[in-house]
Amino acid sequence: MTTKQENPRQPLTHLDWLESEAIYILREVAGQCSNPVLLFSGGKDSLCILRLAEKAFRPGRFPFPLMHIDTGHNYKEVIDFRDQRAAELGERLIVRNVEDSMARGTVVLKSADESRNKHQSVTLLEAIEEFGFDCCIGGARRDEEKARAKERIMSFRDEFGQWDPKNQRPELWSLYNARSHKGENIRAFPISNWTEMDVWQYIEREKLQLPSIYFAHQRDVVMRGGSIVPVNVPLVNGEVANPVKAGEEIINMQVRFRTVGDISCTAPVISDADDVSKIVLETATSTITERGATRLDDQTSDASMEQRKKEGYF
Amino acid sequence: MSSSHTQTIDSQHSASLLRFMTCGSVDDGKSTLIGRLLFDTKTILADTLTQMTRTSEKRGLTAVDLSLLTDGLQAEREQGITIDVAYRYFSTGTRKYIIADAPGHEQYTRNMVTAASTANLAIILIDARKGVLTQTRRHSYLAHLVGIPHIVVAVNKMDLVNYDQAIYDKICADYLVFANEIGLAQSQIAAGNDISFIPMSALNGDMLVDRLENMPWYDGKTMIEMLEAAPSAHTEHNEPFRFPVQFVCRPHASDNPELHDFRGFMGRIESGEIAVGDAVTVLPNGYQSKVKAIQIGDAQLQSATTEQSITLLLEDEIDTSRGDMIVKSSEAQEPVKQIDAFVCWLSETPMSPARTYVIRHTTRESKAKVGAIHYKVDVNTLEEQATADLKMNDIARITFKLAQPLMVDSYNANRATGAFIIIDESSNNTVGAGMII
Ligand SMILES: Nc1nc2c(ncn2[C@@H]2O[C@H](COP(=O)(O)OP(=O)(O)O)[C@@H](O)[C@H]2O)c(=O)[nH]1
Repeated sequence: MTTKQENPRQPLTHLDWLESEAIYILREVAGQCSNPVLLFSGGKDSLCILRLAEKAFRPGRFPFPLMHIDTGHNYKEVIDFRDQRAAELGERLIVRNVEDSMARGTVVLKSADESRNKHQSVTLLEAIEEFGFDCCIGGARRDEEKARAKERIMSFRDEFGQWDPKNQRPELWSLYNARSHKGENIRAFPISNWTEMDVWQYIEREKLQLPSIYFAHQRDVVMRGGSIVPVNVPLVNGEVANPVKAGEEIINMQVRFRTVGDISCTAPVISDADDVSKIVLETATSTITERGATRLDDQTSDASMEQRKKEGYF
Repeated sequence: MSSSHTQTIDSQHSASLLRFMTCGSVDDGKSTLIGRLLFDTKTILADTLTQMTRTSEKRGLTAVDLSLLTDGLQAEREQGITIDVAYRYFSTGTRKYIIADAPGHEQYTRNMVTAASTANLAIILIDARKGVLTQTRRHSYLAHLVGIPHIVVAVNKMDLVNYDQAIYDKICADYLVFANEIGLAQSQIAAGNDISFIPMSALNGDMLVDRLENMPWYDGKTMIEMLEAAPSAHTEHNEPFRFPVQFVCRPHASDNPELHDFRGFMGRIESGEIAVGDAVTVLPNGYQSKVKAIQIGDAQLQSATTEQSITLLLEDEIDTSRGDMIVKSSEAQEPVKQIDAFVCWLSETPMSPARTYVIRHTTRESKAKVGAIHYKVDVNTLEEQATADLKMNDIARITFKLAQPLMVDSYNANRATGAFIIIDESSNNTVGAGMII
């Protein structure tokens, strides 16, 4: 046996380690589950997972289809990108629409402009049942908010799709338990241990293409309740989301999105970062968490405006 | 907040990674320590900080209470909900850290074992006013049992004992006496591992990221220096090559004729190294071949090392599936159908020695029956006691009989191939964790 002095093995860099862990988790899903699906929104986290899946399974095909639960209120740029990416990969993309659940009466909105984001779970459960999926691979990360810090890599959901904190399986070493009985479901999170910074660094390293709205662009917005709200957003179906309200003043600003999701609940940030390396820099100097940026209350937004002014953003 | 509140970045993406855990009893300062590390490395962002400031003010505090950052656990503790391991992240630019934060309460042996299973370093907190307590012994024993190579004993709240060196020295001496008693010190050193000591104040930040002026008598490393210097997992020893097969890639249906005979064995190298041309054996069947190629995605590698997820191509067509293990022919171990292990019981339903369980070891599963429960260990006194069954948080030495052969190493020699979990097939729950002796 040689000692550590004689053979200092080069440790993996943090990105290599995170990548390797995520590939391992994806392969565990493929090895343990009989009918998994990869949730793919066209957003940056799920684009990273697609690259990881390529590294995990090529030259074979992915051992799972891709699926998007579409609220109908997504940015056209993202939907187009989603379709383009699935086609390039030659993998099967399933799209299920919240609007179909609304038509079936399983989703009932309180008002026409209520966010459809939370209703995605109904459509997701319907799709899980339709296809008999036993595992959904998602892009959630533990650093996104305090409550997620204890989420498992393989998270168990009962027949109603519920997450019961008392019913989660201990996870030791890298021995993940993705077993489930019929009707139950596992949510697998291969990039649990990644931070927003890791995601951007990985995108930069792997030269991943992203939907254009992640990069700084001019956009009509209004200030609503302290948040920057994009208005008059054209939808895929030709309708317009977030129409400007009476008395609101439209401002044309240079912004980018840090997360892309349902238009009703995704606010952009003011930014001039128009390529990935600038975003990496901006993320490093950012003073606001990813979630904080999408839902700014008055006080924080004051502080961050102040901060950005100091840094010369205006 | 000052405008220099900037996360450090590493433009070369070459930062390494360290997983560590914190252990301490309630109120020893775990949350404050983690909050302080995150704060001093600028990982806490303004909106979170604003929230914390507001909450601190509401509670009538003059300074921001950094333990609020991990307040999720606090609230649960008050409500008596199951407390669990939480994972947190920070980066210094040269290193990314994953902290496993396990509550230290007596009932939570299983949480500590869970947190320890992925940690390469443990910070064991001691309150300078209280010294080495029963729980310190418990935490040290568990950290040792789960094979954490680097142990940092942090004597916290030095500000409350006037930063008195004599008090610190006494605690270190007491700890070493007890560490010798339980064989911790000897076996840590025999395994090439270490125990270090540090005085600190998590509240003030003494000896964490900054040294400050209060303890000029201490000339050892600061906490962050210790963390930066600790080796990443598996970089320290030469371990044999162990490659459990996770998934077999056979894209024969592909329209690309070149791929017709492609047969890739996918998995992660759990230990050791492999190079193209190496002679390998596939266990348990014992087929022999040579490594033809090593791939990660499109990239062709000449060699690969521990913790890399790769695809291995062999010279010969060998029937291999998930659960098999590829090893170097010169280092092949004998598959076994009986194992002797320390087991920590994780489930609220006690272990029933009459039942059949499933043991999952690397990517392989086997049905298992209890052969004998030799004794259980009192984690506070480390006494061995006779027992007929196993309840949650119990640790016992057990012999299992296996339906399928497993390719194991002793846990002391190899954490990846010495570990297993026990699954209850009726609930599919993970009910136990085992470390092979
Ligand atoms: N004076 C002093 N108080 C501390 C120190 N570290 C933690 N505390 C306080 O001790 C209490 C418990 O700390 P906390 O971090 O919540 O402990 P935990 O239960 O281990 O997470 C809090 O009121 C802290 O402010 C320290 O180094 N010095």
